[in-house]
Formats: sequence, C-alpha cells, structure tokens
Amino acid sequence: MEALLASAIGILSACGIFLILRARTFSLVLGLTLLSYAVNMFLFASGRLQMDAPPLIRNGAIYTDPLPQALVLTAIVIGFGMTAYLVMLALRALAESGDDHVDAKGKL
Amino acid sequence: MTQHAAILPILIPFAAALLQLAAKGYGISAQRTIGLIGALLGVLAAVWLLQLADAGSVLVYALGDWQAPFGIVLAVDRLAAMMTLLTALLSASALLYASAGFDERGRHFHPLFQLQVFGLQGAFLTGDLFNLFVFFEVMLLASYVLLAHGGGLARTRAGLAYVALNLAGSALFLIALGLLYGTLGTLNLADVAQRLQAPEIDAALARLACALLVAVFALKAALLPLSFWLPHAYAAAGAPVAALFVIMTKVGIVSILRVQAIAFAPAGATADLLGLAPLALATVLFAALGALAAPRLRDLTAWLVLGSAGTLLVAPAFPQAMVSAAALYYLLQSTFVAATLFLLAEAVGVRRGALADALHSGPAFHAPWLALAFLLVAASAAGMPPFAGFLGKLMLLSALRDSDLAAAIWFVLLLAGLLMMLALARGGARLFWARKPDLPPVAAPALNWRRATAIALLAAPAVLLALFARPVSDYAARAAAQLHDPQAYIAAVLGAEHADIQRETRP
Repeated sequence: MEALLASAIGILSACGIFLILRARTFSLVLGLTLLSYAVNMFLFASGRLQMDAPPLIRNGAIYTDPLPQALVLTAIVIGFGMTAYLVMLALRALAESGDDHVDAKGKL
Repeated sequence: MTQHAAILPILIPFAAALLQLAAKGYGISAQRTIGLIGALLGVLAAVWLLQLADAGSVLVYALGDWQAPFGIVLAVDRLAAMMTLLTALLSASALLYASAGFDERGRHFHPLFQLQVFGLQGAFLTGDLFNLFVFFEVMLLASYVLLAHGGGLARTRAGLAYVALNLAGSALFLIALGLLYGTLGTLNLADVAQRLQAPEIDAALARLACALLVAVFALKAALLPLSFWLPHAYAAAGAPVAALFVIMTKVGIVSILRVQAIAFAPAGATADLLGLAPLALATVLFAALGALAAPRLRDLTAWLVLGSAGTLLVAPAFPQAMVSAAALYYLLQSTFVAATLFLLAEAVGVRRGALADALHSGPAFHAPWLALAFLLVAASAAGMPPFAGFLGKLMLLSALRDSDLAAAIWFVLLLAGLLMMLALARGGARLFWARKPDLPPVAAPALNWRRATAIALLAAPAVLLALFARPVSDYAARAAAQLHDPQAYIAAVLGAEHADIQRETRP
C-alpha cells in the first residue's frame, strides 16, 4: 500500500515537472494538473494510511484522520479554480498571438 | 464588540466585494462608492486594531469559538496590526486612483480589488499555516485577474508566466504543509512552535518542511534565484494594480519573519536561515543593475521593488529585535515610495503621448506637482537625507553593524543605493528636463482630483515618516520586541495550560 502510493506520487510529480518545463501552454496546464494530483495524494498520506476506517472518532473503533481529507478538499477546489483560469489565460494568449508558445512574440 | 475587532479588516473588504457584485446592475459609480466606503471603513478598522494591539497583549480570535490548536485562530500582535493598517492605506489610495477611469477598462475590477485586499489582510492576521495558504490563494487568484485587467498581449503573457509560477509555488506550499502535518500533527503556528521542540519528532523531516516553507515565502518575496518573474509582471500591470502589488512581496517577507521568530526560534532551528543573507544581497545587486538598464519608469520602479525586497530579506538571517525593528520601518517607507512611483509613471506617461513613460527625451509638458512628487519619492527611494528612505537604511545599517557579514552588507547596500540613485536621477532628468521643443505638446487631460489626491496621499509618507520618525520607529521597536518574544504569543494562542493538550501518538 505504502509503496504503491509513494510510487504513484513520485511518477505523477516526475511527469508533472517534465511537462511544466516544456514551453507550450497546453503541456504546462497538463503538467500543473498532474503536479496538483501528486500533491493532493501526498497531503492525503500525511494523515497516515488506513484501510476501511471512517473519519469519525468513536470509542474504541479504528478511525482515519479527518483533517487531511478537509485539507485535500480545500486544495482540490482551489487548484481546480486556478487551473480553469490558467486555461482561459492560455486560450487568450493563443488568440492574441496566434501561437501557444509561452514566450510567443505575437503579431503585435 | 472589541473582541471582534480582529476579524473586521477581513470582513469589510469581503462584504464590500459581495455588495459590489450585487450592485453590478446599478453601474460602475455604485461599485466605486461601495469600494471607497469599504476602503475608508477598512482604514478606520485597522487604526482601531492598531490601538488595541499596541496595548501589548496578542489579540486572539478563535473562528467559530473552536479553541486552538483544534480550530483556526486569528492572532493580532503589533506587527500584524501595522501591516493591516499599511495594506488599508495603500489599497484605499490605489482604489481612489483606479476609480478615475482605470476600473472601466475591463470587467469586475472592483470586486476583485476588494477580494485581493481580503486575501492580503487575512494573510497578515491568521495564526494558522493552512489558513495562511488559503488566504495566499485568495490574494493570488484576485491578483491573476487584476494583472490581466486592461487587456493586451504584454499583460496576458506576463500573467501566464506569473500564474504558472505561482501554481508551482502553491504545490510546494502544500507539500511543506503535508510534511509539517505528517511529522508534527498540527498546523497552528503556535502549536508548531511547541511541537518542534518535542523530542519524539523526526527532526530531519521537520527541518525539510521548514526549509520548503521558507522557500515558498522566498518565492513570494522574490529572493534572487526565484525573483525573475517580478520585474516582468509588475511592469506589465496597470498603474493602480501595480501599486497594490507592492505589498505582495511584503507578505512573503513578513511570513518569513513570523515563522522564524515564532516557530523556529524557540526550537533553535534558525541556523538554516543564515543562508538567506548572501542571497538577499545578491538580489539587491541584481535589482540595482536592472534599475540601471530599465527602459521605462515602470520597469525602473519594478526593479526598485525587487531591491527593497532584497534589502528586507537580509533581516530574517539576524534574529535580533533591533534588526527587525529597522526592517519594519524600512518596509513602511519602501512600500509607499514604490506605489507612488508606479502611479507617477502613468500620470507622467499620459502627458508624453506615444512615448509614455519611456526614459527618453520627449515633448514638453507642464506638470510641476508631478515633478515635485517624483523628486520627493525618488530622493526617498535612493536613500537621500532627510527623507524616510535615508532613515530606514541608516537604522538597518547601524543595527547590522555588529553582525558577521557587516562589511559585505554595508558595501552592497551602499553600492546598490548609489546605483539606484544614478538610475533615478538619469530617469528623472530625461522625463522632466530633456525636452524636445520641436515636438508638438500632447493634449492631455488635466490631472483628475482623484488621481492627484491618491498620488499626494502615497507621496506624503516619504516626508511624514521622516517627520514622525520617533513615534513610528518606537512602534516598530515595540512590534519587533513582541515578535521576538514567542512565549507570549504561544501562551496567548494556546492558553496557559498548553502543556496539557492531549495528543495521540501516531505510527
């Protein structure tokens, strides 16, 4: 379980960083999205991994830490909004310069 | 009512933003009125908060009355109250300038402006690291849209780079928070300070988390290897937006000062921050060279913002109350000066036609008050006596006199000051004196009263902070002394019996 999660986070962030370093807006958006998936899973793991346990504290029963779930939910919402805005900005840059290179000089 | 004072500077801009969205159908004048009333109320609330905080105790506001470390708290000490007032004054002036016509160049300017102020105030007041992340994101999301306000390819491109970089920064922030929560089991700043001293934690992981946290704040504050975005983004933004953005680098600096003094210092974990000083000095030199090469007044101002950020980032490496006090005084004046220069760049630019604020000789224009304002703030930015910039730099240099790096700091700061002065003198001479009489004068509108008042309000502190240097620097000294007394902060947030908080041992 730990090995699976850790390698998933590692592969996602490696792919994300590789795509961020490309100079096209489409791969930039994809890279940032993959990176935010990796970060969300990492946050989730910070409360320790538990199988089949509810995030509710009851006497004697096993439970999973509810706080990372709340943090992940907040991070997902914020990341989603940011990515949506980045896509709009990338589309506008494409429309204004006719090129999706991040340093497009455009027709000016 | 007094107990709710801590949340007023956050609630007022948020309420104003919601009202402005609801009042959209009544035209832009309704939104302007709501915004300006909100800004005025924000200043009053910040002044009140400053008075309450200056009584000496840390005001703690538990949201929903959930006690720390289980709930989120706002904690107001003198530093937070001072930054709240600075933000309120700066945003009120920038809003006044923007309501003279800039706000009509795109949609939703007013609600976004208020949301940015909401995020800024929250970031200064919160006592919880995850809440700090949320307020950072509120501030950044509003700033992304404000940066693109007014349109144009230059702004879109600058915005794209700025958004991508800050999204990567947010990912790093979340990784740091995950590591902190995983090792310490808490994200409340005062509780983090407690847990860092616990013997059973994984010290290496905690140290890594702290280093990542400082790296994220350094990105926001534009420390050298992470500062290439700043001149590009700030010079592309519209004048009132750029004036408001000046405070955003200060959020990073104040965050570093705060986590260093409250969380790292009690655990003796500040040694890593010593590495910041050479980087900060490199930032100052880089900014001075950039200022010499700047083609327009707004680029020059963006480099000045970077230079003052570099100067301020020297302070966290030396955790002494005297250094922090000098840095706080310098922070106040550098914020006002840079904001004024951004507004002046536009006000002068419209009088020079197609040349705008490019630093070349251009058509003759008559604007003695703008020239006087430029002289005042440029002299203060260059650190000339008798203005506030000189006093701030003098305090900082004399506070750092006994440190290990004193020789390097004095050399770099004084050399950078000289280079900045050269850049400003050359720029001012070309803007105001080197005129080409054969060019026809540009038909520019008379200076609108809103713009004139905004520039006067922002330029006045260069003189006022020098005239009232004693009370202001005394306040800064009290704020720094309180900042470097983390036990009082921790006791105020967690209560006197914080040793008895029950914790679960985790695998």
